Amino acid sequence: MTVPFSYNIRNLVVRKTTTVMTAFGIALSVAILVASLALVNGLRTVFANTSNPLQLLVLRKGGNSELGSTVSIEDFAIVRSKAGIAVDRSGQPLTSQELVNVVNLPSLDNPKGMNVTVRGLSPVGIEMRKVRLVAGRWFQPGQREVVVGKAMAHRYPSARIAHRIRFGKGDWEIVGVMDGGQSALNSEMWGDFNQISADYNQQDSSSSVLIRATDPVSLDALKHSIEDDPRLNASTMTESDYYQSQTASGAPLEFLGIFVAVIMAIGSGFATTNIMYAAVARRGKEIGTLKALGFSEGSILLSFLSESVLLAALGGVLGCLIALPLNWVTTGVGSMVSFSEIAFRFHVGIAALSSGLIFAVVLGAAGGALPARAAAKKEILIALREA
Amino acid sequence: MDIVIETRKLSKDYMRDENPVAALKDVDLQVACGEFLALMGPSGSGKSTLLHLIAAMDRASNGEVLVLGQDLRALNNRQLARWRNAHIGFVFQAFNLIPVLTALENVMLPLKLTGLDAKEQLEHATTALELVGLRDRLHHFPRQLSGGQEQRVAIARAIVTDPDFILADEPTGNLDAASANDVLTLLAALNNGYGKTILMVTHDPHAAHYAKSTRYLEKGVLLPEGQAPQDWMANSTSAPLPSRWVALSETRPGPQ
Repeated sequence: MTVPFSYNIRNLVVRKTTTVMTAFGIALSVAILVASLALVNGLRTVFANTSNPLQLLVLRKGGNSELGSTVSIEDFAIVRSKAGIAVDRSGQPLTSQELVNVVNLPSLDNPKGMNVTVRGLSPVGIEMRKVRLVAGRWFQPGQREVVVGKAMAHRYPSARIAHRIRFGKGDWEIVGVMDGGQSALNSEMWGDFNQISADYNQQDSSSSVLIRATDPVSLDALKHSIEDDPRLNASTMTESDYYQSQTASGAPLEFLGIFVAVIMAIGSGFATTNIMYAAVARRGKEIGTLKALGFSEGSILLSFLSESVLLAALGGVLGCLIALPLNWVTTGVGSMVSFSEIAFRFHVGIAALSSGLIFAVVLGAAGGALPARAAAKKEILIALREA
Repeated sequence: MDIVIETRKLSKDYMRDENPVAALKDVDLQVACGEFLALMGPSGSGKSTLLHLIAAMDRASNGEVLVLGQDLRALNNRQLARWRNAHIGFVFQAFNLIPVLTALENVMLPLKLTGLDAKEQLEHATTALELVGLRDRLHHFPRQLSGGQEQRVAIARAIVTDPDFILADEPTGNLDAASANDVLTLLAALNNGYGKTILMVTHDPHAAHYAKSTRYLEKGVLLPEGQAPQDWMANSTSAPLPSRWVALSETRPGPQ
């Protein structure tokens, strides 16, 4: 049997100032770790929600970004004629020729301007995505009109309905706001494919072609058919893979967050060790008494280790609570693929919180191991003579 | 007559500043079942050392400690810990209660190592506290108790497992005269009423009067029965220690 847990809890309560200070130090490490994980989770959620598993993105051969890709009108025609492509209600194949570019807009976070994605597409391109209009109306063909994503409208003061943005060969009016759920589409600005192509003098090509297969088997066949077609200078990526590759944009931030959390954790670990050594030194007589009553070295070790873990777990819970409000925070990162900003909400999920708590518990166990061992190894008589 | 505690040629040497110091020299002691033995002697005579060796809190340099027929040298640390819990009730001079636990929780501590369930532990601890007259102090923390009450809680903790014998190390050393009398009366009652074997270390002759017999140690040597160190006895009185301290302080010159 072990020393009652109430002994450890009450000792933490008795020295509440040091308990709170140590727990707070651990809480900061945990909060940073959880925030880093929540950032990547948020990005992952955004990109996962952007893609349809049956959709294939056709790019220039060797291309991995829409921005640097060119697909000719002739290639589009060949792709469109392939078997296995799903059709809409009117029997037209679900293929969308799209032109992607970036424009610089001043944002709330960066008044000097950030790149945002402008996508030229036709109505079928809208139909192929899960978006809905939440304000205003859709752009008209042949007009310099754009619809902006919800996150963009929120983060860029100049991207509001009725505002005008200058790019291409003139001013473009914002006529609507669309909501693509938790997806990267909320960070884009959409306009008529032909009008945008004309403004960028790219009438004979597009950046990419989005196609939807009828089923997963057709998707695979379609992929091989396009890539193996000697007439085409094209490669393909599933829409999921394309956006998945953009999740890497958060990797430097994730690395930085985890790095800072680990550095802070080392400091917190030493603080925990120090606090627990002080507790062991101060409670020498109690340790001697417990041993005299018959508690074994193992029981004493477990008791002090539990106390350290409990202290760290307290910090872990506090850290999770500090990080929890991030769930309502929207931020943006520059995508290394689209060279534009992707807005997303931090996602503090069960996995991030569990990781934070496990991190704290490991920290407590590591920090408390040596002091707990020192407590267990104390000679009874020496311990009893301590103050 | 059953022998509960027996020491044979028991010796304990310490190193002090690289010089060996003999704390105990060839001590042969027998304590019979139901006995209340006071172990007396001046400071540094080896009383507490002997008690610690019998309680398996320390290892002897030479000789044997047989408790209930068990040679303590044969047990490892883990076995000794179990053995202490099962057979000994220890009363400390400074009470040694855990300050963050209530009187009841302190008394329940040794029971955590027994096979009793939580309800039985509670019943046993409550009974022990009732026995020492602290039924109304179950949920008090040590800081909320007087010194005498703390020592009575410590005695309840010592008897709660119904040990084979009680070892008391200067149990009245930190108490006023009235509290000391209460505690000694309680120990005597445990011996007389419940047949508990008690070995009490004290250098207070008044405390020793409560015991059935007294043995003396001088410079690590156990004196023969009936023999006491003459120099020390001449300076000792039968009054309780605190009274003697008062008397002593009255004879000293005060601040000028």
